Amino acid sequence: MSRSLSFGRRAKNSLFYLFSVFTTLFALFFLGAIFWELIRSGFAGLDWSDFTENTPPPMTDGGFLNALVGSLIMTTIAMSLATVVGVLVATFLSEFRKQARLGSVVRFLNDILLSAPSIIIGLFIYALLVVPFGGFSGIAGSIALAIVALPMITRTCEDVLRIVPDQLREAGIALGLKRSTVTLRIIYRSARAGMVTAVLLALGRVAGETAPLLFTALNNSGFSANLFAPMPNLPVMIYQFAMSPYENWKELAWAASLLITVFILALNVFSRVIFRPSTSS
Amino acid sequence: MKDAPFRLGTRASAWLLILIFAGILASLLVLSWPSIRGFGVGFLVSSEWNPVTKEFGAWPSIVGTIVCSLIAIVLGTILSFGIAFFITEIAPRRIRGVVARLIELMAGIPSIIYGMWGLFVLVPFMATTVQPWLMKVFAPVPVLNQIFGGAPTGVGLFTAGVVLAIMVTPLVSSVMRDVLATVPASMKEAAYAVSATRWEVIRYVLLPKTKVGLIGAVILGFGRALGETMAVTFVIGNAHALTESLFMPTTTIAASIANEFNEATGTLYRSALMEIGLILFVITFLILLASRLLISLTSRQSG
Repeated sequence: MSRSLSFGRRAKNSLFYLFSVFTTLFALFFLGAIFWELIRSGFAGLDWSDFTENTPPPMTDGGFLNALVGSLIMTTIAMSLATVVGVLVATFLSEFRKQARLGSVVRFLNDILLSAPSIIIGLFIYALLVVPFGGFSGIAGSIALAIVALPMITRTCEDVLRIVPDQLREAGIALGLKRSTVTLRIIYRSARAGMVTAVLLALGRVAGETAPLLFTALNNSGFSANLFAPMPNLPVMIYQFAMSPYENWKELAWAASLLITVFILALNVFSRVIFRPSTSS
Repeated sequence: MKDAPFRLGTRASAWLLILIFAGILASLLVLSWPSIRGFGVGFLVSSEWNPVTKEFGAWPSIVGTIVCSLIAIVLGTILSFGIAFFITEIAPRRIRGVVARLIELMAGIPSIIYGMWGLFVLVPFMATTVQPWLMKVFAPVPVLNQIFGGAPTGVGLFTAGVVLAIMVTPLVSSVMRDVLATVPASMKEAAYAVSATRWEVIRYVLLPKTKVGLIGAVILGFGRALGETMAVTFVIGNAHALTESLFMPTTTIAASIANEFNEATGTLYRSALMEIGLILFVITFLILLASRLLISLTSRQSG
């Protein structure tokens, strides 16, 4: 820049720089503050006995083995259901485009589900599975979580499938393969990394979901692997314990929060690692 | 593998998704029917919420939801605006990716952890530092001394709005970045070529071109804030009351449902909670519609 800018123009530019740097630092400061508290209070409460004992009554020692197991069971069922249905819907949207009108309706409704408050999903499953079958249950919680995960998997998988070049589809069809074989053997294979990422991202979201479980799985202070009874789980346990006046419960809530956050962070890092090869090629 | 079963499977799944959507709407309607029939349209504007006399009204929770989300989106927009431009235009290439990734991390933290952090860290800080300061500053100003008045309890709309602002920032800033990315590099380069400053390029090239899409991003964030449940439940105070002060306990729709649904006894009580859920669903639906329309207008313009 050979000619110098006027003072006013430079000042405005600098001001905007300042604003932009300041807002970014401000947001990152909050991120840091949350992590700091999670690590400080979380590690203080984290103990081996957390993984070997069930949730205790107030003011006594214990852990959250039952809630951890319950969460693992419900999350596994939810993710299996959501993955199967989500991948199929995504395939319908991306591979079978002849029914364009049905496709655009489905895509639109999927977007609405994606942005629907998750507590509404809880109310829906309460009406669908809790009221008619007379009680809170692990299966109701699993299905509520599945409905939270479904639109995310559908959306991301469709995007990933659409990136697969049409030449691959044409090449498969030219060889005389059926459309389903093309999809299963060629399209899924080349989109595999992206589809796994889609599932992992949805898993990260579902891992800490609390609102859909409140009126579906409820919680259980004892150990229960019975899908047809209220099932203990980490998020609702965190909610109840954090709101309680008991110090040992609060400690367990922080420890469980740290555990979930570390799990989600690990998922994020992991999904980035596996997705890298296919994006760069 | 045969073609037909696979095709059928994908089509059935697509229909299942439609059924889920219809099911949500239908079940909300059916279970809120006693309340809809019992209170009529008056439900929307009544401020009564008394489980003992079985009088229910949605007004305080609707107002709470909207005011809370407005605070969140005003603060969140300021943050997101700065962050989006920092990442796309200002930061050195090396820092760019790191900052973008850290902001993304914020989106990954579950709502309940924001809530706990809000309750144990932010609420005490608000009560002892921020709120007394705001009250002192605004004490001589007529209307604002009501809004920033009352007792510095730490909970309430202001604190909930701040927590929500942090939560919606990753979403809003990332949509803003996507919208900004639709502006062709050649346009920016043309402006730089006539020695425009960064700010001038942003002000006279990027903003006019992406205005509609940026507003879409903000509305999308507003929609997200409306339905956010756990984080708000921790810090809102949970009282069905209209307050002039942002520092007094009140409630939002999602927080009321989370807080009261399991303890609600009697058909009418549960039904009233279902009805406010239905109202929330309709509001978020309308907001999503508006934001999508605006965002798609931008991409079409530049496409």
